[in-house]
Amino acid sequence: MSIFVDKNTRVVVQGITGREGSFHTRQCIAYGTQVVAGVTPGKGGQKMDEVPVFNTVAEAVAETGANTSLIFVPPDFAPDAILEGTDAGLELIVCITDGIPTMEMLKVMHEVTCAATRVIGPNCPGIITPGQAKVGILPGHIHLPGNVGVISRSGTLTYEVVSQLTKLGIGQSTCLGIGGDAVIGTDFVDCLKAFEHDPETKVVLMIGEIGGQAEETAAEYIGLNVTKPVVSFVAGLSAPPGKRMGHAGAIISGGKGTAHAKLEALQAAGVHVVQDPSQIGLTVKDVLAGL
Amino acid sequence: MKIHEYQAKELFAKYDVPVPKGVALSSHWESYDAALEVGGDTFVVKAQIHAGGRGKAGGVKLAHSPDEVAEIAENMLGQTLVTKQTGPEGKQIKKILVSAAVNIDKEYYLAILVDRKVKRLAIMASTAGGMDIEQVADEQPEKIQLEHAQYNCQLFPYTARKIAYGLGFRGRLARECARIITNLHRLFMEKDCTLIEVNPLVLTHEGSLLCVDAKMDIDDNALPRHPELRRLRDFEEENNLEILARRYGVDYVKLDGQIGCMVNGAGLAMATMDVIKQYGGEPANFLDIKGSANKENVVKAFKLLTADRHVKALLINIFGGIVRGDMVALGILEAMKEVKVNMPVVVRIEGTNAEEGRRMLAESSHKFILADGLAEAARKVVAVLPGGNR
Repeated sequence: MSIFVDKNTRVVVQGITGREGSFHTRQCIAYGTQVVAGVTPGKGGQKMDEVPVFNTVAEAVAETGANTSLIFVPPDFAPDAILEGTDAGLELIVCITDGIPTMEMLKVMHEVTCAATRVIGPNCPGIITPGQAKVGILPGHIHLPGNVGVISRSGTLTYEVVSQLTKLGIGQSTCLGIGGDAVIGTDFVDCLKAFEHDPETKVVLMIGEIGGQAEETAAEYIGLNVTKPVVSFVAGLSAPPGKRMGHAGAIISGGKGTAHAKLEALQAAGVHVVQDPSQIGLTVKDVLAGL
Repeated sequence: MKIHEYQAKELFAKYDVPVPKGVALSSHWESYDAALEVGGDTFVVKAQIHAGGRGKAGGVKLAHSPDEVAEIAENMLGQTLVTKQTGPEGKQIKKILVSAAVNIDKEYYLAILVDRKVKRLAIMASTAGGMDIEQVADEQPEKIQLEHAQYNCQLFPYTARKIAYGLGFRGRLARECARIITNLHRLFMEKDCTLIEVNPLVLTHEGSLLCVDAKMDIDDNALPRHPELRRLRDFEEENNLEILARRYGVDYVKLDGQIGCMVNGAGLAMATMDVIKQYGGEPANFLDIKGSANKENVVKAFKLLTADRHVKALLINIFGGIVRGDMVALGILEAMKEVKVNMPVVVRIEGTNAEEGRRMLAESSHKFILADGLAEAARKVVAVLPGGNR
C-alpha cells in the first residue's frame, strides 16, 4: 500500500515536449512509472520517445486511460493546465511549476475543490512511492521501500531527510512535497489522514517550515485523529521576521508563523519534535524502535 | 513586495478610497511647504519604513504648525526606528509622510488577505481598530468578523454590506463602508496584492470615513504582469546584496552572522542556517541558488557571499538530486577560477556521484574542507572561524 500513487498510476505529462518536461518524463519512466501520454497543444500526434503526445488532456485520458497528470508548463499557463486536468476528470494532478501568482491559484482551487481531483503543489517536487512509481522530479535512487510516510513543504530538504532515512536502512511508504507556495492543493492534514489509513505506513515524518498556520492546523489534527507516531522538523528557527525565505509561503508576518510557535503546537499534540535537522533520521529510527 | 504607506494611499485615492491629504518627502527642507500644501492647523508626521508598530516606537508625531512639522521632520529623517517588527537593529527613516490630522470619533480595522487554510480571499474587520490585530484575535476573538470572497475571488455586494452592518454602521455610513470595501477589493484584485490592511479606518468627528493608515503587500509572483508596480519598490529599504541577488535570479536574505551559506532549495537553505546555529555558529545569509549548481549559479553566489565583509567562512551545501555530484564539483571549481575566494570553504555534496565530486574537490589546488552530512558540515565550518564565533 501507499498513498496517492502506486504501480497502477497512469501518468499524462502536461508540457511533455519542453526541456524540463521531457527530461523528467524520461527520469520517471526509468524509475518504472507508467507514463502513458503527454500533452502539448499543437503537437498532438507526435511522440516524445515512445510516449504519444495529444493536444488536450481529455483526448489523452480517452485514448490512454491516464488518471494522473504531471505539470511542467510555465507559470503563466500552469493554472489553465490544472483546470484542464480537473475538467478531464483526473484523480490526481501534480504541479511542479514555481512562480504562479497567488490570485490565480485561489481561482483554480475554487474549481478544484468542486471536483473530485486532488492537486499536489504547485511549486513542489512531486510524489514517489518507492519501488512503484515516481510522479515528479525527486531523485528516485535515494528512496527505499518501507514504512515511513514523508510529507514536506520543501524540495531538497525532503531529499535530505529521505537520504538520512535510507542511509539508516529505513524505507518509506510514500514521500511527497506539498509545495512552498502560500496557496497549495493538498495540505498536511490531507496527507496525515491518508497515511493514518495506509496500513503500510507505521510512522509519519512531517517537514514544515516558517510561514502560515499549516503546521499548527496539522498539530490540531494530529492531536485528535492520528494514532501513528509523527516525527516533525520545522525549518527556519533562525529566520528573521518579515523576510520571504525563498518560498512564497515562507515568511513570518505580524508575529505569526514562527518556527517556535509551530514546534510548540506540534509538541503539545504529542509529536516527536526534532530541532537539529541532522538528527531527523536518527529520531525516526528511535521512534520505530519503540513501536 | 512591500510598499510604503504613502504609496498605498496614492493607490487607495486612485480607487476612490478616502485617505487624509498628505505629502511624502525625503528632505526635511521640503516639510514646511508640505505642511502648507496639506493645510489645516494640525498635522501628523509619519515615518515611512517597511515595518509596523511605528506609533509606539515614536515614528508617528503630532504637530500644531508648519514650523513644528519642520522641526519634527528634521529630527525624524535619518533617525533609526526600532519597532517590534524591525528587529533590534531597527530601520533608518529615509522618508516621511506629512498628513492632515483627523478628529477621530471611532477607530475600526479592515483588511483583505489570503486565507491559506480555506484557500480563499478573506475580508477581516473589527471594531477594535487602532490596536494590534493579533492581540485582538488572541484576547477578543469575538470582535473579529471574517468573511470570504466567492467564486473567482469575487466579492459580492452582500458580503461588503454584511461587514459594514457588522461593524455597526447604518444608513449613509453603511453604504460608504461597503463602497470602501468594494473598492479596496478591486484594488487588491487588479494589483495582485497579498494583503491590504487599514488600521485604523476612522469615523471622523465630521461624520466621514477615512483610511488613516494603509498597508499593502504585492505578490512577487505576479510582478511580471505589473510592470507599473515595479517602480514602487524602495531600494533604500533593501540591502544592496539583496538587490543584486534579485538581478542574479537567486533568493538571498542578508543576516548578520559570519558564515556565508550557499544551498540549493529554500527549505534546505533554512535547515542549513538552523543547523549552523545548533552547532554554535551564526549564518551570514539565506541563499538558495535555485535550480542546478552549475558554474553560472555558483559564480553568482560566490560574488554575493564574498561581497559581504562580515563573512569569514563559506558553507556550500548542495543536495544534487538528479544533478550529479561531479557536475556540482565542476561548477564549484569553474566558479573558483572566476571569483577570488580568500576564506575557508566547507563543502558538502550529496546525491548521485557525490563520491566522485568529493574526489575532484579534494584533488584540486583549493583547500576545500569536505564534509559528510549536515552535522559534520556545520561542525567543520564553525570550527574554522577565526577566533571562534560570536
